[in-house]
Amino acid sequence: MNAPAYNFAYLDEQTKRMIRRAILKAIAIPGYQVPFASREMPMPYGWGTGGVQVTAAILGPQDVLKVIDQGSDDTTNAISIRKFFAKTAGVATTTATEEATVIQTRHRIPETALNANQVLVYQVPIPEPLRFLEPRETETRRMHALAEYGLMHVKLYEDIARFGHIATAYAYPVKVNARYVMDPSPTPKFDNPKMDNCPALQLFGAGREKRIYAIPPYTQVVSLDFEDHPFEPYRFNAPCALCGAENSYLDEIVTDDKGGRMFVCSDTDYCEGRQAAGHHGSLSAAPYKEKAQEASNG
Amino acid sequence: MYVAVKGGERAIENAHRLLAHKRRGDQRVAEVTLNQISEQLGLAVDRVMSEGSLYDRELAALAIKQARGDLIEAIFLVRAFRATLPRFGTSEPVDTGAMRLQRRVSATFKDIPGGQILGPTFDYTHRLLDPSLAEGFVPETPATAEASTAPTPRVTDILGRDGLIESSPQAEDGASVGDLTREPLNFPAERDLRLQNLARGDEGFLLAMGYSTQRGYGRNHPFVGEIRFGEVEVEFFAEDAGFAVPLGAIELTECQMVNQFKGSATEAPCFTRGYGLTFGQSERKTMSMALVDRALRARELGEEVRAPAQDEEFVMSHSDNVQATGFVEHLKLPHYVDFQSELGLLRKLRQEFAESNTPDAMKEAAE
Amino acid sequence: MTTIAELPPGFADKVLSAQSTFRSVMDAMARPGSVQRIVPMAGAPGPLMRGTAAIALTLFDHDTPLWLDARMAESSDVVKWLKFHTGAPVVRDASIASFALISDGGALPSLERFALGSSEYPDRSTTVIIQVDSLVSGRSFELRGPGIDGVATLQASIEPFDLFERLHFNEALFPRGIDVVLVADDAVVAIPRTTRVVSMGS
Repeated sequence: MNAPAYNFAYLDEQTKRMIRRAILKAIAIPGYQVPFASREMPMPYGWGTGGVQVTAAILGPQDVLKVIDQGSDDTTNAISIRKFFAKTAGVATTTATEEATVIQTRHRIPETALNANQVLVYQVPIPEPLRFLEPRETETRRMHALAEYGLMHVKLYEDIARFGHIATAYAYPVKVNARYVMDPSPTPKFDNPKMDNCPALQLFGAGREKRIYAIPPYTQVVSLDFEDHPFEPYRFNAPCALCGAENSYLDEIVTDDKGGRMFVCSDTDYCEGRQAAGHHGSLSAAPYKEKAQEASNG
Repeated sequence: MYVAVKGGERAIENAHRLLAHKRRGDQRVAEVTLNQISEQLGLAVDRVMSEGSLYDRELAALAIKQARGDLIEAIFLVRAFRATLPRFGTSEPVDTGAMRLQRRVSATFKDIPGGQILGPTFDYTHRLLDPSLAEGFVPETPATAEASTAPTPRVTDILGRDGLIESSPQAEDGASVGDLTREPLNFPAERDLRLQNLARGDEGFLLAMGYSTQRGYGRNHPFVGEIRFGEVEVEFFAEDAGFAVPLGAIELTECQMVNQFKGSATEAPCFTRGYGLTFGQSERKTMSMALVDRALRARELGEEVRAPAQDEEFVMSHSDNVQATGFVEHLKLPHYVDFQSELGLLRKLRQEFAESNTPDAMKEAAE
Repeated sequence: MTTIAELPPGFADKVLSAQSTFRSVMDAMARPGSVQRIVPMAGAPGPLMRGTAAIALTLFDHDTPLWLDARMAESSDVVKWLKFHTGAPVVRDASIASFALISDGGALPSLERFALGSSEYPDRSTTVIIQVDSLVSGRSFELRGPGIDGVATLQASIEPFDLFERLHFNEALFPRGIDVVLVADDAVVAIPRTTRVVSMGS
């Protein structure tokens, strides 16, 4: 039997060369989706194969890798991908954002500001921001070629007419370097401002859809909006119940079957770091609802 | 005190251990061997080789065993293995006209040179569950006869000699064949890439798409010119040696569909073609493939593209079961961050709705 | 005539050397004007600089048509070495080249002759690798654009003298355009199509 034997970081060198060439063109044309011959990876399409291929193409033995899903290092898919690279590339891994040189993410940008020595690799399910307005690739490609983005503005404006707001809460479209409209991957729009003028290189991999795109460091990234309806990042009414952070993205935890809720940081590393530094949430032990009542009673 | 969920790593390991246990099943029952799968579940192996794009019975059998009989999972395992294999080159085109036939049927002629050969087929079996197969079944010795030395030309070649069917498009000398596993696909796609996509495509998807053309969604008047199943030689042109070297023989099923004719003031009318080819024996897949191939030629043949089966972006983007299953199943991954964002927006919209729909009287009373 | 056995070697460790070289080139492309060093070294025949040789081993293969300038093409050692170690097909038509190697910048052909990509596929453009005298001394340039925090400065001694003026055509062409990689020995600087370069004199 042909016993499988795999290369450093799993991918064969020919595949890496192909992906590396795509990455260079992606950086040179910020926000443009470069087609690449995505390979079948040993995890399913839709589970991060694009991000994994990008990471595999850039990763070296000197790197320190962090993998998050939903902001957490401990979600099952994050663990699975981290273990994959620990096994196939033998790289050091970390959960600490500031220690990492390569961070692969699904659905979040870390709260800790990224630095110039880091690369953020996003897993992308549907890279085409216009796909749900126009299902045909031939059409959306033409729209990008002509920078014809009227359809997107019409969609956003219809939201306003119907709901009074732009009704896009995640995967909120951005314009990169004043040219390409780009899908930021399904991150909550809360994270959009972090992409703008970011010191780290941001790479996006969509395996099933076979696209790679990039935002170079210090590049303008603007969330689409209207003068009379400016982009508003999502804000929470409460601080994190565990670390008291007031400016982080929060997960809602259902604590009982009687409507009890608490809100905690989705970025587990950020939250643990703050707690270790002595920050505590005012509600650290109690469900959100009870504390909220206490606050209003007091 | 709330503590964030931890220990996912342990949970994953335990889940995989449990999976391994379930895969083995009751250990008092003998373990199934790869030979048993390959010999007794041969059509499953054929499908995994075809849609997995790798001709290796043993690896396909292993994949089926590892996947607990889930063929899409097995196809995925084979594809992932194939993806990082070095590629040495492209074989010489195989000659299906010189196939060592095990089965050959034509629906377009009562008799054909070389004859119709029924071969191993479910056709005409009565679909009655057979209790004698439950255990210890010893089949009768198959009937044998002297192999015929008569040539068995392809039916489409017979039609082609009279110009009754369009000639099969010939590639230019030295033209390279597209490979969508090595080059990113873009549209419109040429027929080589379309056929590759269909050959790797999900049998069920192609069956449904092919069926839809028969029911009027892109009807193309198909006749089975010929289905043949058997062995062909594969040769590889070795540059060092300067000649083609035989690599071995593989089993293939080929379906040549004869379809509705075309013609114009300047061009004599003739039938058109739809083509299907798979590894091993799979008539359902090759016939479906041939129907969809013909449907996808609408643009090239100047037909209006109206039905899903004629729409290459639609068909090619959704035919691959490894892609499809991954993306459908990824919905079970955590999405709570996006859900939270959506939840927050919905709460805000509901609050605004409630405020603007409060009856004026109540508002005044409240004031 | 040099036989294959006499050709300078490729990377000692193909996998890790290519990774390290790629990261240098990627950082250069992501941070235009920054001088990156290429650490792993391979043999470099004839007019091929060490850095260029490493980039070739890292990025070129059967799928990347390669255009060579006259000085490169005249060196049979360079041609043989590239063929043996990368397999990249050498083409005469610059407009289908994935990469171009320039050792004599003074004879750089008109940039319009290279692949500029299309509006639909602007990535299908030539990456032009130009060997230069120095990327640490010489005339001063100011660079602006994506990848640069405000303004970056570069001191370089390059030919052609008016390279950056000629690259201004990228501005009107965008998103089509040419991406340039400058190599001086083991130093590399990238000027992607989004970078605007102004000469500050010497």
